[in-house]
Amino acid sequence: MRRIITLTVLNRPGVLNRITNLFSKRNYNIESISVGHTEQEGVSRITCVVNVDNDRIIEQITKQLNKQIDVLKVADISDQAVVSRELALIKVQSTPQNRSEIYALIEPFRASVIDVGKESLIIQITGESEKLEAFIELIKPYGIKELARTGTTAFPRSSQRSKQQTNFSIV
Amino acid sequence: MLQEAAFTKVKAEKKTVTGADLLLEALKKEEVEVIFGYPGGAVLPIYDKIYDCDILHVLPRHEQGGIHAAEGYARISGKAGVVIATSGPGATNIVTGLADAMMDSLPLVVFTGQVATGVIGTDAFQEADILGITTPITKYNLQVRNIEDIPRLIKEAFHIATTGRPGPVLIDFPKDIASGMIEPPAEEEISLPGYQPTIEPNYLQIRKLTEAVSSAKRPVILAGAGILFSKASELLREYVEQQQIPVVHTLLGLGGFPADHPLFFGLAGMHGCYTANMALSECDLLINIGARFDDRLTGNLKHFAPKATVAHIDIDPAEIGKNVPTEIPVVGDAKVALSMLVKQEGKPPENSEWIQTLESWQKENPYWYENSNAPLKPQRVTEMLFEETNGEGIVVTDVGQHQMWAAQYYQFKNPDRWVTSGGLGTMGFGLPAAIGAQLADRSATVVAILGDAGFQMSTQELAVIREMNLPIKIAIYNNRSLGMVRQWQEIFYQERYSHSKIPSQPSFVKLADAYGIKGYEITSEQEAETILKEVMNNNEPVLLDFRVAEGENVYPMIAPGKGLHEMVGVKK
Repeated sequence: MRRIITLTVLNRPGVLNRITNLFSKRNYNIESISVGHTEQEGVSRITCVVNVDNDRIIEQITKQLNKQIDVLKVADISDQAVVSRELALIKVQSTPQNRSEIYALIEPFRASVIDVGKESLIIQITGESEKLEAFIELIKPYGIKELARTGTTAFPRSSQRSKQQTNFSIV
Repeated sequence: MLQEAAFTKVKAEKKTVTGADLLLEALKKEEVEVIFGYPGGAVLPIYDKIYDCDILHVLPRHEQGGIHAAEGYARISGKAGVVIATSGPGATNIVTGLADAMMDSLPLVVFTGQVATGVIGTDAFQEADILGITTPITKYNLQVRNIEDIPRLIKEAFHIATTGRPGPVLIDFPKDIASGMIEPPAEEEISLPGYQPTIEPNYLQIRKLTEAVSSAKRPVILAGAGILFSKASELLREYVEQQQIPVVHTLLGLGGFPADHPLFFGLAGMHGCYTANMALSECDLLINIGARFDDRLTGNLKHFAPKATVAHIDIDPAEIGKNVPTEIPVVGDAKVALSMLVKQEGKPPENSEWIQTLESWQKENPYWYENSNAPLKPQRVTEMLFEETNGEGIVVTDVGQHQMWAAQYYQFKNPDRWVTSGGLGTMGFGLPAAIGAQLADRSATVVAILGDAGFQMSTQELAVIREMNLPIKIAIYNNRSLGMVRQWQEIFYQERYSHSKIPSQPSFVKLADAYGIKGYEITSEQEAETILKEVMNNNEPVLLDFRVAEGENVYPMIAPGKGLHEMVGVKK
């Protein structure tokens, strides 16, 4: 199952190394990891998406992460209502003939074209990972020359609904 | 004293101190008694200051020996062992010791030299990325980037190494940081917002555990090294006597509970005794205090404590539920948890029948071996060492068969008398660790029980023993083979003894002689008796080359993949 773990860490040298090392040492798989500054100086936020077989493993991962000296807080937010976003840049082969066709695909996904060349264009798309994957599938037949994804970053929503309800994202 | 005088003088005249001064000042503040260190290029500025420093400095003959000695010191003293090694090869030579200390939760503060900050990352002479190398095998590691941070960083390092679940901390010291001069910095408090070990357990969990004990029919306590780290031996005894719960030990826990106590039922695990392993297999309540359910203890997890409700007291929450699903998790210090449990004064369980069963198992299935005068039996040698030291010596071992015999036949009466490499199983550990153990307790009789192969992995440390005149009794169980490997090849690999026999060996007696240490070759029980009487109580180091039976195996044994109840080699 896919789980999203967020960590706040002290921005000290080697901290990212400690985190990624822990994943490989304990044989856990990271699907994506994104890191950046937070509103607090000297504190960074790391969002990891991991694929695990059962709850015991995710419990171990969070406990092991928590044990790290530079880790301030660890949360598995998968069971909460979350807003999660990922950004992808996709360079697609495109000729003047099929350009409008591609634009038509971009429109409903609220993606945007940020660079246009003679034989290709670069699309930027933001959203949940599933949305990105759906879009990538659609665009694949045109020929993806390069693809870069940032990995998911996520927050719990300000208001949490009870667990039984399914959570929908508006966007 | 000299050092202090120099320090004040510099302060008064130039108002400047070097990074190395700050390092040694910080060590003095931490009341460090001994440094195990080996000089080299990148630590020359530090060694120039050590020249005038009054902290005892021990020069091992290999950095790995230095860090194992620091481990032995930490295990016996309960304080952090301090190590200094130079950059590059000096630093990589201590890697095994760091991994060993990490596995066995030993507090170490290790300083490595590093090339000057300006050339870091250029593959400079004797440069190694020691932070990258040691990240997975240290509790914490860091590189000093600013001289003024040194006092705070060292204070933090000692705090991290010795509190919570202890472990090794490495500080990488670039050469220019050690030699650079600044004004003496103002005192700074430690700042570790991400590190707050839970000491006091949740009261509700203590209640829950007390209730579980009261209603149990077949409870057992599995006591690990956590008992020793938190100095909880006496409280454990008090609790056990109040509640009448049988106790078994892990390998590293030995001594936490007195072996001659009627409620002690022995060592559990792969080479543990029948009673302890059956107690774990048959119990209905298993209380783990400060042990980590290591695979050599549990055997096949599918068959581990199948009938038991599991309670686990540990200061490291990540250990709880890691290997064995746990119904009653208690996160906290063992001593604090035990004092809370004692205060509960819960109704003791009705378990007299259970204790009777354990007692009859103990009577019917003790450790056993067939004795003979010659060839000498290693089990008998261990018994004799136990008798000669009244069970009060410090026993340090290497890794392998002799280690298991020491654990089986030396009956520890007191805590902090047992030094062994448990988790990592590091050959070559024993001899240097004995040096550290002796330095931690000068008046104790230290017996280093070693195999002939492990001894040869750190023979060079004999020089330190002689130089410092440490009266260590080195007992080599010489079976001219890698005994445990040979045993496994005999049992699991159809007696195909691939590289486990060492037919040609140097004379250990002559080797000892070359280092100025008296040595004896001992071939029979009779000889052993006379020589032990002669050497055990004098104040000199001695090497005893016990020529023990070559094909002797350690029993009982649990084959890999088997459960604790599937022991082989139990006395019939």
